[in-house]
Amino acid sequence: MKIKSIVLVSITLISISLLSLAFYSCGKGSGDVIKIGEFASLTGSEATFGINSDNGMKLAVEEINNAGGVLGKKIELITEDNQGKPNETQTVVQKLINRDKVVAILGEVASSRSKAAAPLCQQNKIPMITPASTNPEVTAIGDYIFRVCFIDPFQATVMSKFALNSMKVKKVALLIDQRNAYSTGLAESFKKTFVEMGGEIIEEQKYSAGDKDFKAQLTAIKYKNPEAVFIPGYYTDVGLIAIQAREIGINVPLFGGDGWESEKLTEGKAKDALEGCFFSTHLSMDDPSPLVQDFIKKYRTKFNKEPDAMSVLGYDAAMLMFDAIKRAGSTDGDKIRQELAKTKDFKSVSGNITINEQRNAVKPAVVLEIKDGKFKYKETIAP
Amino acid sequence: MTELIQQFINGLSLGSIYALIALGYTMIYGILRFINFAHGDVFMIGAFSGYYLAILFSFTTFTGGASVFMAVAILLASMVVCSILGFTIEKLAYKPLRNSPKLTILITAIGVSLFLEYAGQLVFGADPKSFPTLLENKQIMNIGGATVFSNSIVVIVVSAILMIILRLIVMRTKMGTAMRAVSFNHTVASLMGININRVISFTFILGSSLAAAAGILFGLNYPKIDPLIGIIYGLKAFVAAVLGGIGNILGAALGGMILGIVETFVSGYLSSTYRDAIAFGILIIILLFRPTGLLGKKEIEKV
Repeated sequence: MKIKSIVLVSITLISISLLSLAFYSCGKGSGDVIKIGEFASLTGSEATFGINSDNGMKLAVEEINNAGGVLGKKIELITEDNQGKPNETQTVVQKLINRDKVVAILGEVASSRSKAAAPLCQQNKIPMITPASTNPEVTAIGDYIFRVCFIDPFQATVMSKFALNSMKVKKVALLIDQRNAYSTGLAESFKKTFVEMGGEIIEEQKYSAGDKDFKAQLTAIKYKNPEAVFIPGYYTDVGLIAIQAREIGINVPLFGGDGWESEKLTEGKAKDALEGCFFSTHLSMDDPSPLVQDFIKKYRTKFNKEPDAMSVLGYDAAMLMFDAIKRAGSTDGDKIRQELAKTKDFKSVSGNITINEQRNAVKPAVVLEIKDGKFKYKETIAP
Repeated sequence: MTELIQQFINGLSLGSIYALIALGYTMIYGILRFINFAHGDVFMIGAFSGYYLAILFSFTTFTGGASVFMAVAILLASMVVCSILGFTIEKLAYKPLRNSPKLTILITAIGVSLFLEYAGQLVFGADPKSFPTLLENKQIMNIGGATVFSNSIVVIVVSAILMIILRLIVMRTKMGTAMRAVSFNHTVASLMGININRVISFTFILGSSLAAAAGILFGLNYPKIDPLIGIIYGLKAFVAAVLGGIGNILGAALGGMILGIVETFVSGYLSSTYRDAIAFGILIIILLFRPTGLLGKKEIEKV
């Protein structure tokens, strides 16, 4: 018995000392590089959001390092996968801040996960830029939180204008993902602006991300005879919703926001179901501007696939962060924050970025039409 | 009125899938008196084997009679895959624990369930897959605006056929009689010369193949599958089995249908926010008045 307990105690002691050694070796060695943390949904159901924005950031890091880095140091991007889960996000962001000692944080596409990370960055005075979280509450969390995209109230205005003027519809039904901050926020804003502009919301139904059966809600919508259905959800559910909507006999156009942006949206049967539908997003890959076309070329060569708006925003978020560190001349969190707040007409692929008082980017939005499974440019709507 | 009809059909096709999964829960409970929590994940594997078999048979679009033949072939092949899986799970995980406390085997079942879910994420990938078009989905009826598509009917009809076959197996065959005997009393059944191990294996094979069929029918109607679909559908089917009276085959079918229809009506006429709350509320009320479930009488045959 005694020998057993002695062995047990010594094993515990050895493992503790080994662990602390591991922690120690992780913490040091930040002299010649600037560490920037990134959290993204590289796995999980919304994986294309994370993978595409991560690719954009990687491209930015490679470019800046080839150009000599920032402040004479190379950039090291430490990427953590949050599996698309808010609680996992807090764990990995905590790790990036405490163990990796990053000077700044980039991420995420989904608003609910950015909202989970933002309070941690704010508390630790680590500047954070989200590439594509459009929910207004994300940057309202504190003065260290920025974004390089527009916010949902603007996106709602864009889609209200588009519905009334271009689609020429007045009676719209809503189908909202009730467990998603992005979806509920965008739906609220849309309801407000669409009604103000003279439209009418004739039905509102809800679902929860991950549901597979939407027929009950869609049947209820169908019998209200809407002229179009607004679905401010993520691409993971929208495809399935569209397929079932067509089966139920809803033959009017569906439209949504930038959550639709993914090459997976039109997979399988969803391709036909979404034909002629619209969504608003950050930019179109058809944009003839040399900045965009150049980016597409570089992205293709490096990753051997097509970029989407999330890739561009990931790239822009990283580039803005590097620029702010350069301007600050230091990796001090407070100085980077001040420089980020001063950003004006920063040349980026997704259009010039000016950060306003709420730390949001003021940029135009584009509306894309789904044609034969591809996203085609329809029109640009300015703020 | 047409809305009501359409919602009813929606509910029936959802309920059929619950019912098919519930049958597996109820049969295994009837024989072994334990809840096989891995059953929902067998359903998931069924859907995925359909997905990969379809790719293997390399078709994405097709027309005419051949497609029906292919769909049936894939359905049967997935049922075989899941039968083997169910058989293996029982032999490896549950049989060695046959004489241990019930709690041990229950925890093992949860372990098997988690293993299948996360091994699934590793092997298949975590992102949802588009289930291939096994059968062309044609609009076959239009009753004053209520559109009925062939796939909803296929789900209901195939489920009904499978349940009738199951009923025949349980009531008319020698193995079915043995199953019923074992569900009454293991010891006495073995004294009568029944090979208990064979009966248990057969039950797992039967239950798992029904789960596979449910997986294919699910993919037909909701063409997006991921390795975690088994969790929520397994849970709902378990509830359906309890609702109908666990251990009772007819009860499982009835429970599945009721759950599917209630869920659809709550989502369609009230709000999907309350869908699960109301569905489970009804379950509690029924169990308060009938603790054994709707059809769970002691006298009725248990399998």
